Amino acid sequence: PPIAYEFQEELVIRPLHSGDIYASFQFRTVWETDFTRGISHYRLFPKSLGQVISKFSVRELHISFTQGYWRTMQWGQPYLPSPPGAELWVWFQDTVTDVDATWKELTNVLSGIFCASLNFIDSTNTVQPSASFKPLGIANGTDHRFLRYATLPREIVCTENLTPWKKLLPCGSKAGLAVLLKSEKLFHSSFHSQAVHIRPVCQDEPCKTASLELRQTLNVVFDLHASGQGKREWSLFKMFSRTLTEACPLASSSKIYIDVTDNPQDQFELSPATHLLSQAVVLGDRRTFSVYDLTQQVTFGTVRSLNVLIRWKSTEGDMLRPLLHAERYVAGYGLQTGEIHTLMYNNHPFRSFPVLLLDSVPWYLRLYVHTLTVTSKGKDNKPSYIHYQPSKDRMRPHLLEMLVQLPPHSVTEVTVQFERALLKWTEYTPDPNHGFYVGSSVVSALVPSTVAMNTNITKEQPLFSTFFPTKEESSYFIRVYTEPLLVNLPTPDFSMPYNVICLTCTVVAVGYGSLYNLLTRSFQVEEPNPGLAKRIANVIRKMRGVPPL
Amino acid sequence: MAAPLSLLLVVAVTIRAALNRSSLAELIAERVEVVSPITAWKRVIEGLALLDLGVSPYSGDVFHETPLIIYLFHFLVDYAEITFMLADVITAVALYVAVKDFNKQVFRKQKFSLEAERYPADCLELIRSPAEMFYIPLKVAMFYLLNPFTILSCVAKSTCGLNNAVLSLFVLTTIKGNVLLSAIFLCLATYQSIYPLTLCAPAMLYLMQHQYVPVNPRRAAFWWFVVQYLFMYLGSLFVTVCLSFFLLGSWDFLPSVYGFILSVPDLTPNIGLFWYFFAEMFEHFRLFFLCVFQINVFFYTVPLCIKLKDQPVFLMFMQLAVISIFKSYPTVGDTALYLAFLPVWTHLHRFLRNIFLVSCVLLACSALFPVLWHLWIYAGSANSNFYYAITLLFNVAQILLVSDYFYAFLRREHHLTAGLYLKKKDGSEATLVLK
Repeated sequence: PPIAYEFQEELVIRPLHSGDIYASFQFRTVWETDFTRGISHYRLFPKSLGQVISKFSVRELHISFTQGYWRTMQWGQPYLPSPPGAELWVWFQDTVTDVDATWKELTNVLSGIFCASLNFIDSTNTVQPSASFKPLGIANGTDHRFLRYATLPREIVCTENLTPWKKLLPCGSKAGLAVLLKSEKLFHSSFHSQAVHIRPVCQDEPCKTASLELRQTLNVVFDLHASGQGKREWSLFKMFSRTLTEACPLASSSKIYIDVTDNPQDQFELSPATHLLSQAVVLGDRRTFSVYDLTQQVTFGTVRSLNVLIRWKSTEGDMLRPLLHAERYVAGYGLQTGEIHTLMYNNHPFRSFPVLLLDSVPWYLRLYVHTLTVTSKGKDNKPSYIHYQPSKDRMRPHLLEMLVQLPPHSVTEVTVQFERALLKWTEYTPDPNHGFYVGSSVVSALVPSTVAMNTNITKEQPLFSTFFPTKEESSYFIRVYTEPLLVNLPTPDFSMPYNVICLTCTVVAVGYGSLYNLLTRSFQVEEPNPGLAKRIANVIRKMRGVPPL
Repeated sequence: MAAPLSLLLVVAVTIRAALNRSSLAELIAERVEVVSPITAWKRVIEGLALLDLGVSPYSGDVFHETPLIIYLFHFLVDYAEITFMLADVITAVALYVAVKDFNKQVFRKQKFSLEAERYPADCLELIRSPAEMFYIPLKVAMFYLLNPFTILSCVAKSTCGLNNAVLSLFVLTTIKGNVLLSAIFLCLATYQSIYPLTLCAPAMLYLMQHQYVPVNPRRAAFWWFVVQYLFMYLGSLFVTVCLSFFLLGSWDFLPSVYGFILSVPDLTPNIGLFWYFFAEMFEHFRLFFLCVFQINVFFYTVPLCIKLKDQPVFLMFMQLAVISIFKSYPTVGDTALYLAFLPVWTHLHRFLRNIFLVSCVLLACSALFPVLWHLWIYAGSANSNFYYAITLLFNVAQILLVSDYFYAFLRREHHLTAGLYLKKKDGSEATLVLK
């Protein structure tokens, strides 16, 4: 029978090949509820988010705040990808009549809940993707009129965003894994991403009732040299400056997973040792994890605190090359035109697979879609599906979605030319020469997997392997985000508005004056004007009554 | 005269073809002085590509030409270079024939006035002779075809060349006296860019004089002719707009083409006065100054008509000049059209006051435009003020040129009635001023 309330927390630690360490927290609350009947009683689910969902008829909500860029080639694939800055995408219920107005209100309310400047999301950076963002939970229909997607690449993430995020957890930051979330260590990292994902899920096979699932995830990558002082030895205390003393009392499961797959020759050792092992297929690969179960008192040992320590003895070993990787950069010189190049790498030795590329470019970079070229291995590669929505000045951005087939072991390059617009002087940010950000491209793909994926939703699985729904065994879904771009625009001189108005009006007046003179006056013979002395003399003479000179 | 004209056409086409083959063609097609957001060829190609993708070209903000242009280039896109060279040739030949006809009428009118002894005795030097007027049509065609502005415009495939062709056909049919064709060509020119609307008045004045209808608002025949012409003009405009609706199936093109020309949302730099003014405008006053600038193009029509009602061809020249200087997205192609008319008024050279200064400024500005653009956009060592200053100078020079010719024209007319050597009351030599 479906459980009314359930809260699970887990932490996955994956040592990376370059010596850095990747920690991924997931906090999952499942709540069996029917929103249509109104809610009055919240227990584990945060009230602020519940009210948001019911008021704005939200079916799915995904919001992430990321500081830093995920380096796929050095770190592998993340469990939960996110682009730099803030990203928000929402599926509304089909009962919503005015989606744009609801979206505007929703972004403002979320901006208040997360202390972020999401109110900068407006129609100039919101798009309606037609294929790249399908619902991640159960869905009756996929009418894309109810989907909205926006990114704010310029958004900065700091403690002010972490604090309200931690407040949404059932145990807060007082018990369980959340005690490790201390901002002075978390933000001193190469990559930090916190996200909230809300979606309707089925809890069992018949799926008679939908439950609402809230996942709060936090991904962080600690740098070997910045946080690790160059020594390849990681522990919970070194990473988070705290150790664990108890699990969250409200959690039904509270576990720590350490990825030990890359340890066949015992390059590193774990202490305290644990006998619990777990195997899972994640990202197309079978991985082995050492498990620490925090609900068991024996995990904490005699000192009643858990500090997992990983010490390396040798630094050998290969990294699994990620199958899909994407890069993007701006080419060209000068402030008039430019070219956006997106490179997609397919590192699979013999299989090709299709990817969906989503590009949302702001209106002030005018894309010319007739210059769009897609080449793989030097030859033209025509996309099988192109959805292009051109921008409208000051109203909506460009939206380009393409389905491209990537040949095996190749690089596919997508280039498109653009022209830079001159904006009105009030439309520039206070630091106009910093440049304007273009949000990351999203590459979504079903990548062939070497190991059969598990499609059974009811079997007990660790959280990190159940985020993206798997519908078939032979491939898994990944999303790769490219770098955001920073583009300079030509600027007018901001100190000149009054001068420009005066000078231009002067030129118009020169035209008006010359033509007015020629139109209203006629030619006459000029009678010479007597000099000033003579004129004064004439005036005096008139007063005397004597004839003038 | 056919032989020198054909030689001129061959030379012009050769120059254009040579430039089209060279690597300069792409560079020229990108220059902001030569193409504007309305006339750029790149945007026409983009419109056609959007149509191929199944998206309306007017759903975005990149294509601002009329649907008939899409329709035309849907078939002619592979022959685009030939189309634009042909447009230039048509313009030159139309201007040639029109000026030849106009000269004949001027000479005939002058002969009647001489026989009626309307001219004072001492202004016989101002009388024009057929010998001097013989080469004027060829010079007009040469001024148009060999003008660097026109060549650049043609190589860049700017649709301004098509607009010039339609306008020159309008001038030709007006001077020939064909009322219907004049209305139709004017309608096509207005359909593409709204400003030729002001050419209605000189056309009506000329055709009325051609048909010996008295130009007197108190006479019924005057108003009857006006109604006829306006009916033909507005009727063909209505037909063209409806045809455009049926071509693409929606009225999207109205805000995209005419709304764009009138509301100036795109601030891409060009040789005009609008872009920097509206880039630096306070939001509160934007609508006010927009109206002022747009009215500025149209409101010279009535005063000029009243002053020049007896010389409608000079009036047409003045109107074309005013449109080219004060329109919202001018290019050098628009300037080239009215510069082509200058040889018709070579007899005014003795009354021109600033011609040396103006021509020096025009040459210097034309040379400085690309230099300061490069410094602003590519080198980064100058800023937008440098380019804006040259824009101001270029427009001041154009205004001075046009008003100088107007002054010289009016002065010659005055001398033809009052005598050339004027004396003051005491018999000494007089100076003539405008009062």
